[in-house]
Amino acid sequence: MKLVYEKSRPGRRASSLPRPEVPAAEVPEELRRASPPRLPEISEPELVRHFTALADRTFGVDTGFYPLGSCTMKHNPRVNERVVNLPGFRDLHPLQEEDASQGALELMWRLQEILAEIVGLPAVSLQPAAGSQGELTGLLLMRAYFADRGEGDQRREIVIPDTAHGTNPASVTMAGYKLVDVKTDPRGNVDVDDLRGKVGPQTAGLMLTNPSTLGLFDEGIEEITRIFHEAGALMYYDGANLNAICGISRPGDFGFDIVHFNLHKTFSQPHGGGGPGGGPIAVRERLEPYLPVPAVVREGEAFRLDYGRPKTIGKVRGFCGPFGVFVRSYAYIRSYGPALREMSEVAVLNANYLLARLKDTYEAPFDRLCMHEFVLSGRKLKREHGVTTLDVAKRLMDYGFHPPTIYFPLIVPEALMIEPTETEAKETLDAFADAMLTIAREAAGQPELLKEAPHVRPVKRLDEVRAAKQPVVRYRFEQHEDPQGAGEPRQLEAQKGA
Amino acid sequence: MTFLSLTEQDREQMLETIGVDSIDELFEQIPVGVRLGRALELEPALSEPELVAHLNELASRNIDTGREVSFLGAGIYDHYVPAVVDAVLARGEFLTAYTPYQPEMSQGVLQAIFEYQTAICELTGMDVSNASGYDGTTVAADACYLARQATGRSKVVLTESLNPQVRQVVKTYAPGFGLDVVEVPHRDGTTDPDELRAAAGEAACVIFQQPNFFGCLEPAPDLAAAANDAGALPVAHVDPVSLGVLEAPGVYGCALAIGEGQSAGNYQSYGGPHYGFLAARSEFIRRMPGRISGETVDSEGRRGFVLTLQTREQHIRREKATSNITTNQTLLALAGLVHLSWLGPQGLRELGETCLALSRYAKERLSEAGLELVFPEKATFKEFAVRVGRPAKDAISDARAAGIHPGYALGRDYAGLDDALLVAVTEKRTTAEIDSLVEVLAA
Ligand SMILES: Cc1ncc(COP(=O)(O)O)c(C=O)c1O
Repeated sequence: MKLVYEKSRPGRRASSLPRPEVPAAEVPEELRRASPPRLPEISEPELVRHFTALADRTFGVDTGFYPLGSCTMKHNPRVNERVVNLPGFRDLHPLQEEDASQGALELMWRLQEILAEIVGLPAVSLQPAAGSQGELTGLLLMRAYFADRGEGDQRREIVIPDTAHGTNPASVTMAGYKLVDVKTDPRGNVDVDDLRGKVGPQTAGLMLTNPSTLGLFDEGIEEITRIFHEAGALMYYDGANLNAICGISRPGDFGFDIVHFNLHKTFSQPHGGGGPGGGPIAVRERLEPYLPVPAVVREGEAFRLDYGRPKTIGKVRGFCGPFGVFVRSYAYIRSYGPALREMSEVAVLNANYLLARLKDTYEAPFDRLCMHEFVLSGRKLKREHGVTTLDVAKRLMDYGFHPPTIYFPLIVPEALMIEPTETEAKETLDAFADAMLTIAREAAGQPELLKEAPHVRPVKRLDEVRAAKQPVVRYRFEQHEDPQGAGEPRQLEAQKGA
Repeated sequence: MTFLSLTEQDREQMLETIGVDSIDELFEQIPVGVRLGRALELEPALSEPELVAHLNELASRNIDTGREVSFLGAGIYDHYVPAVVDAVLARGEFLTAYTPYQPEMSQGVLQAIFEYQTAICELTGMDVSNASGYDGTTVAADACYLARQATGRSKVVLTESLNPQVRQVVKTYAPGFGLDVVEVPHRDGTTDPDELRAAAGEAACVIFQQPNFFGCLEPAPDLAAAANDAGALPVAHVDPVSLGVLEAPGVYGCALAIGEGQSAGNYQSYGGPHYGFLAARSEFIRRMPGRISGETVDSEGRRGFVLTLQTREQHIRREKATSNITTNQTLLALAGLVHLSWLGPQGLRELGETCLALSRYAKERLSEAGLELVFPEKATFKEFAVRVGRPAKDAISDARAAGIHPGYALGRDYAGLDDALLVAVTEKRTTAEIDSLVEVLAA
């Protein structure tokens, strides 16, 4: 399919703009643009067709089942799109005076209260733009807290299990901390013996996802908490998997001091082809003074922005955070009310049902019930038929499903990480399980069907190695060379998803 | 109202397949001591009509730019968003997809990102752009991190005329990056290149804004040269809709160009979600933060797109990654691409010319009415600072009583400017609206 730039014709345009009857003003010559940017020159009909064609070549939750583990690809209610587009939200300037933005301030305040109740921690900042920014914010809070106590130079280490998402170690480095890895035990829990040897006066904190990226609730969580609290360290909860435990268990009650939410996962902000997200954090009282400014506070019947936090770490993003994301997530939570518990229950039911249907054919590395997602290993298919997890993923496309997350978590060979979410119907789960079982049979009988998959998508497998070796990351107009030659589809057997 | 699809009968059959008697049994792996054991204290569920009524009521207590004539800017602007943007963003495939990890499922998103990267490179005169950062503040922190790794230096220089929120975010990230932050004061609304050159010694990068926070046009080519002289990477923070009339940072020697994308294609939305853009010269391609879409071919030689250079990223490189960013702002960047395609080069230039002409008209009318411009000698683009002869906040409340928001009170961020307003004039303002502004401010 052509690029929008290749459809461009000199003299075409879609835009019409006001041309007020006022004298022109010039930019000083030395600052004036010499040659115009080569934006597309295209009419509105052509523009609409172009982006419709691109939409047609994209698969969303609206298109079909999207069990991308760790990403919580649930249905996105359309009423949320309606309310976020109310002019009072959509066209509100972030520096509007407080008396003229009471509705927005109240919505944020209410969302803070709700999030505090869901995780059992009293103080919330909505500012971080996504989970990974929530992580970095949380680690900067730890730095500020320990610096204030005179322990800043002493506590330099953050402990992270080997199942952790890549953002955790990346955030540790960006916060200027040193990473300490801890192992996973044979039941899929944090290896507490390994942990004991790694926590001490040098430890600033722990980062833990619970349920973990294996989809398992850590059965030793009470002991883990004891170890960290005795060492005087803080505990950070990566809330990517909160969809499993809303109304059932609260990280604040089991010892965590800082939690981030992924509003685009648990609370249904649509994922938008990669974003936007929202990564609010909730913290215990003793960390509240360090939270980003401004805070949204209530005074009597009125709401205002409070910048008066002398110990604040500062700001991690502009204004109060991604407000439109708050509107959608607030609407989502208000739809459920206390039945959020049922949301989590059904998420866990759906996952366990799929696990039950698949675990005899694919290998389940831990013989346990799962939470809202589970990890299988395609190791047997590889050993017996030379078919990889990548091949299974590509073949699923032919059956009309988005593949699960693959090759993550790193400790499971040939991993398939499957998260169905609560919004799917049983027929959908059955159709997916049937496809997975069929694919396992195909792997034995017609492995080339898998190796050459997908067969029905707009493109076949793409050469990822070539893309990285000779990067072409923008269109070059006259100098743009047509990509030539049938590429060997060299694909990376590396994490895809999460 | 819930969004679940299972019937009672489904649930029973599923529990039987799993081999448990109840849903509660599924949760037995959670130690008893850490179970909540009560219902969440949340307000009762709302039906869809009730929910809409409730949110309507909240929204009605905000004064949006449809209910007040707005001259508020200071980083977020009341530009027109064309209808095609709404139409494209309403497509469920774009709205409900995630990061295109599996390229065969997501050629549409990947191609759109490639086209977006091209548009940003064209606007800024750069070779490579990422798929988006969170907003115009966080991309500045990203640029500092990149510059620190690229130069090995541990200081960054920010101009005081750079958006205060951008500076504050950089300062928040800086301790983690091991960076010291130095600020260079403005001289009559713009930055002095010699002063900048002196401060830039041993700096990893210098970030300045064009047009700057006061709306003034910096001597950007001289600032870039000053940074280059000191071996610091020059980084320009730019407004995308100015780049039809203002020179591209790549042309005047910048290493990176960053900015807030909201002006191009996003509603104000009380500050977000929007997109930040980050573009660089090709030598920095392997140090870029975030997703990048790249061109390649499939097994039959057809062109296609994939996420590329992934060995920079957290999911492969973990603690050695160039950034921790994962979820970004693709949908908002897509809105930017659609808006820029709608404008085309001609529309972008006209938009810039209209902002220039209208804001000049506003400056002249205000001066005629006896108000004093704060930086009368300096050229501006769509925004400028004016003294109102009394505390700016009083001027704001009086004007608002007349249905006009006259601008941002600069005294909130700058000493000595308590009587100054920052006034933004977009293509949506009319001469009649500007005349009313002059009337209320002169009163
Ligand atoms: C377990 C886990 N932690 C952290 C993140 C990062 O969150 P975000 O993408 O919102 O930055 C993700 C998802 O991407 C995740 O799955």
